[in-house]
Amino acid sequence: MTGGSTTGDDGATAPTSGLHEDRAAWPLWEVFVRSSRGLSHVHAGSLHAPDAAMALRNARDLYTRRNEGVSLWVVPASSIITSDPDAKGAFFESPQGKDYRHATYYTKSEGVKHL
Amino acid sequence: MTATAIETRADHDAAGEKVFNDLIAQDMRIEPRDWMPADYRKSLTRQISQHAHSEIIGMQPEANWITRAPSLKRKAVLMAKVQDEAGHGLYLYSAAETLGTPRDQMTEDLIAGKARYSSIFNYPVLTWADIGAIGWLVDGAAICNQVPLCRASYGPYGRAMVRICKEESFHQRQGFEILLELANGTPEQRAMAQDAVNRWYAPSLMMFGPPDEDSPNSQKSMEWKIKRFSNDELRSRFVGMMVEQIKVLGLDLPDKDVRFDEESGRWEHGPLDWNEFKEVLAGRGPCNAQRMERRREAHEDGAWVRDAASAYAARQAAKHTTKAA
Repeated sequence: MTGGSTTGDDGATAPTSGLHEDRAAWPLWEVFVRSSRGLSHVHAGSLHAPDAAMALRNARDLYTRRNEGVSLWVVPASSIITSDPDAKGAFFESPQGKDYRHATYYTKSEGVKHL
Repeated sequence: MTATAIETRADHDAAGEKVFNDLIAQDMRIEPRDWMPADYRKSLTRQISQHAHSEIIGMQPEANWITRAPSLKRKAVLMAKVQDEAGHGLYLYSAAETLGTPRDQMTEDLIAGKARYSSIFNYPVLTWADIGAIGWLVDGAAICNQVPLCRASYGPYGRAMVRICKEESFHQRQGFEILLELANGTPEQRAMAQDAVNRWYAPSLMMFGPPDEDSPNSQKSMEWKIKRFSNDELRSRFVGMMVEQIKVLGLDLPDKDVRFDEESGRWEHGPLDWNEFKEVLAGRGPCNAQRMERRREAHEDGAWVRDAASAYAARQAAKHTTKAA
């Protein structure tokens, strides 16, 4: 997960503003931008917005001021399930000794055309 | 909590610290959910939020000139620039937030006067030429400072800086162009350009922060690979660029002590008034009160919009639930 904001904070439990406002903090949304047809949506950053429609509009204004995208996704940060960074070793299979999964492992065919 | 649980936690931190130190040593990036030393988190939160506040406050000196920009094109350009500054502030607040401080908290700290922002935005913007000087000198200094931050050890900060640096280069060029046109204009316009450069030169050099010997946090920050170069190193590099660029403008830098020091391989500049820097940073600059008041006003005047948006979202959500039920 390369997300910019993966605190998992959906804003609901964030401390409320003490100065003049007592509204709850707006939820956090993660923004994904497809830069052109044929490419995947890529994580661009995050923003706060009260609802999905506003999140989408704000994402447009914030992340596509220079034609950076042809399509946008906004996803509530609280809906993203992430792997545990501390359990990295146990979770991701070790690639050690598995070079045979890569084409470069097979060297005997070197020089053979179109292979 | 049992004794075993406490022990496990301590072990975990020791392991976390080792991973953290190894990542830093290998010049890899730290990501939000990684273990990190409390001081690293605190120091980054301070730096990134101050940076964000600077972008937001930085909208004011230029926004004040939108109505007075000399042509429709200049107005459009200036609006795009001010909009970019807002965007940069938001990218940075997002990055700071990944360290655990909620956005609303940072906004409150700024409004309550508890947070700092760059001293440069507390200087007045007196003429149209100042808009040129700000783009050329202030944004130029910012870029010089920010390009190495693209490689900061904290992932979200580095990523925000990459985006910001790409957008800033337009800011500096448009400033340069304003100055170039004035410098080639009437004698009055030329004098106005020179006057703006005279006033913005020293404050922009001070943007790099105090001299290395008075910057105690720098060392730690460089060990953590947040900062890559010292304040003086970056300042000297910036002076070298300005020396060349001012020739194209046909104006003069207001510094008769500028020279290239063969021995150190660095550009030297004249003395800077660090007392002034401290005064401005402490809130006693020419425009501090005005900038803070304007920020507070904007926040308060916008409260009803935020409340309405929240109320609308709540009502829509309630409707949706009723329908579903």
